[in-house]
Amino acid sequence: MRHSYLLPNISQPGKIGCSLPILDVTPTELPPKELLRRELELPEVSEVELVRYFTLLSRLNYGVDTGFYPLGSCTMKYNPKWHEVIARFPGFALLHPFQSIDSVQGALQLMLDLQKYLAEITGMNATSLAPMAGAQGELASLLMVKAYHQARVDKVRKKILVPDSAHGTNPATAAMCGFEVSTVPSNGEGNLDLKSLQSMMNERVAALTLTMPTTLGLFDPQITQISQLVHDRGGLLCGDGANLNSLLGKVKFGDLGFDCVQLNLHKTFSTPHGGGGPGSGPVCVKSNLADFLPSPLVAKNNKNYTFSSPAESIGSLGAAYGNFGVMVKAYAYIRSLSAEGLKEVSENAVINANYLKKKLKDYYHLPYDRTCMHEVVFSGKRQKAKGVTTLDIAKRLLDYGFHPPTIYFPLIVEESLMIEPTETESKETLDAFINAMIEIAREAEENPEVLHTAPHNTPVRRLDEATAARKPDLRWKMKGTGC
Amino acid sequence: MPLPYLPNTDADRNAMLREIGVSSADELFQDVPEEFRNVQFKLPPSLSELELKEELRQLSRQNASLDDYVCFLGAGYYKHFVPSVVGHITSRSEFYTAYTPYQAEVSQGTLQATYEYQSLVCQLTGMEVSNAGMYDGSTAAAEAALMACRITRKNKVAMLSTVNPRYQSVIATYASGQSISLPPVTPDLKGLSSDCACLMVQQPNFFGYFEDLEACAQQARDIGALLIIIVDPISLGMFKPPGDYSADIVIAEGQALGNPLNFGGPGLGIFTCRKEYLRQMPGRIVGRTVDVAGRPGYVLTMATREQHIRRERATSNICTNEALVALAATVYLAVMGKSGLRQVAELCYHKAHYAANAISKLKGYSLVFPQTFFKEFVVRCPVAPRQINQALFKEGIIGGLDLSHTIDNGILFCVTEMNTKKDIDRLVTILGSL
Repeated sequence: MRHSYLLPNISQPGKIGCSLPILDVTPTELPPKELLRRELELPEVSEVELVRYFTLLSRLNYGVDTGFYPLGSCTMKYNPKWHEVIARFPGFALLHPFQSIDSVQGALQLMLDLQKYLAEITGMNATSLAPMAGAQGELASLLMVKAYHQARVDKVRKKILVPDSAHGTNPATAAMCGFEVSTVPSNGEGNLDLKSLQSMMNERVAALTLTMPTTLGLFDPQITQISQLVHDRGGLLCGDGANLNSLLGKVKFGDLGFDCVQLNLHKTFSTPHGGGGPGSGPVCVKSNLADFLPSPLVAKNNKNYTFSSPAESIGSLGAAYGNFGVMVKAYAYIRSLSAEGLKEVSENAVINANYLKKKLKDYYHLPYDRTCMHEVVFSGKRQKAKGVTTLDIAKRLLDYGFHPPTIYFPLIVEESLMIEPTETESKETLDAFINAMIEIAREAEENPEVLHTAPHNTPVRRLDEATAARKPDLRWKMKGTGC
Repeated sequence: MPLPYLPNTDADRNAMLREIGVSSADELFQDVPEEFRNVQFKLPPSLSELELKEELRQLSRQNASLDDYVCFLGAGYYKHFVPSVVGHITSRSEFYTAYTPYQAEVSQGTLQATYEYQSLVCQLTGMEVSNAGMYDGSTAAAEAALMACRITRKNKVAMLSTVNPRYQSVIATYASGQSISLPPVTPDLKGLSSDCACLMVQQPNFFGYFEDLEACAQQARDIGALLIIIVDPISLGMFKPPGDYSADIVIAEGQALGNPLNFGGPGLGIFTCRKEYLRQMPGRIVGRTVDVAGRPGYVLTMATREQHIRRERATSNICTNEALVALAATVYLAVMGKSGLRQVAELCYHKAHYAANAISKLKGYSLVFPQTFFKEFVVRCPVAPRQINQALFKEGIIGGLDLSHTIDNGILFCVTEMNTKKDIDRLVTILGSL
């Protein structure tokens, strides 16, 4: 089978991929013809061909189980296999969300415990597990900010401040919540420019959203002043917890002055990313925001676990209770590591990143030469001067068998290369990656062409993205379909 | 403490710290003000795989799993047959341990599968284009409402009162951010005005019966509103696709397509629309293109709509979606294929009607709505639904959704291909004995 094949290419009339029971009741008259479908043009494929097709596709993929995946800001750590097994226990996986509450007490107990653990880990007072991904957790945070100010009849606060190093989701979320966005610049050390913040932070500002450590992989030592400035002028401090991996078991967001923080269980808490989800983005808050949390929350009355809704909740974010299947795995992660283990996670993540930084800084420009946290951001500008782009470097890494780092983000670093090794990588793996990066730096000097034309040994080579966007081909069609 | 997920030995760590030029890991946290460092964390002690697995197995047994109970409960989440092939494919770790396919050359598996997904859901719904999926049906509906407001530059979202109330709540949450109002619309379409951005209809609706979509489409056209239809994807195995009713946006919850219930999450928000609205669509989209050698390949495309490029002007803030659930839906639709999906839909239809017919003949029980239905129907009972569900539970059956807060003694039953004649007869017998 060729991988250029698609389902319609392997479809043949009359083939079937499944066996279903025959009807065991007396059939009813069919509904009026005008309600019925004339044609259903779906592929007809046998089970064995289908399994081979999708197995072939899987082999064109690169995952954490394939190799090193230092995608900055994404925390691509190893996903423990037994957590997958637990999440598939029938007593967790085969529960209907609306079956009676007394028949799901075990599930609610797990959720309540997870709410507590996450509040403890972040140093906050309450947690809602409802958001289904980090970006939805951000949405919850900013809707709570809005509700908080409205409840105080503080109606002029229509602006959210966002650092120039922030993830794109921060400004996009602010806009979805009806806020204006202003960008706060960073200073020469990669920290937030306090003077700018001072001039921008006024009675029109509802909140500052801050990723900590920042997307430069740096902890901003001015955090106390930032928090004080924002709060003194009536604003709230919202954390983007994308980089929590470097603070686990060491530092609490609540202690740093944050009013809320959204987490990514699919990053920090080792649940697999699934090629783009499912994630889970719980939001943890201080008591000033607890009444606004998205519903439902799990509570315990006497001996019974129940769902509850906070007094002034921003409402629900999904048709059920969040991504329960993901929560089970994160719960298992926390229980298996405990406080001591979580601390080792963050310390090892930080050691690994600083080791890479030390070993590579002679070869790649390091815009902020200071101790980093869980990730390090280099710039490819030294190579760019020779005509080699960061994209070339990333593509060449594929030839060496590594997944490239995040590239061209954060936006404030020219030709950026954002490397996050995570704690689950060994020194041997890091050394092999370092050698590849050094070799590529040498190639950029001596043989730039090999970088321009990379990758060479992947299932496909560089793809024409411009044409893809200009002439969108977004689906196949089977014969007989009207559209 | 040695931990299986941390491969470095003390010797490795010490060598790395020496190389970095510090004497301890803690020194690397020097930018964190000292008073915030190394604080106490109160968590239960760590457990080994053996211990924790056993503890959680016991905890999971405190729940009534649908492995052990017969289920007549639906209301947006359905127990349908999941062929073993689906779980086998989604358990391949090349799929489930990958990130979003940013590096296309080593992500062709995810990308090509997503292209298949987009194609299959377009075929199923009769729509022109699909994105790669949203969080769940309700958030897909909410994003569709926001999209309709952007396209029409209006800020009222009209939906029939028969739309799943949970979807209505989520739409209200999303609307609250942008001063979008939700005027009430009665089933006879009163309350619609020309300042509505869209008319949202669920087919079959929350109570299981079919709406007059021709009339809805006509009304939407008359007032210049987009028509958004929320469907049950399984029903499309036999019923006319929403594309045939000139829908502008079609939404569905994709959980039923090859995914376990997982207590309601993860689900999958299916989101399809007309091609002319492509650039206003939220979420990721995969496109087919060629590589430098002219071979076909797939990439994430139309990214200028998205948050990482467009920031506050993006069509949505969504990035991580439900890719693995979408993969399951893809494999499910492929394995079911043309005849299988029709067969599943017909099994649901006939079994649900067999059940409804038998229940309605019981003394004191009646069907509340006379319209055509698919697999769900509302029954008015002679006793409180709560009492009925308790009695059923004792007999190993999870009953229907209690609707008594809106319909006097009303209960919403769901029957799928998973329910045998024996199950249904047992349900009817128990109901008759109450």
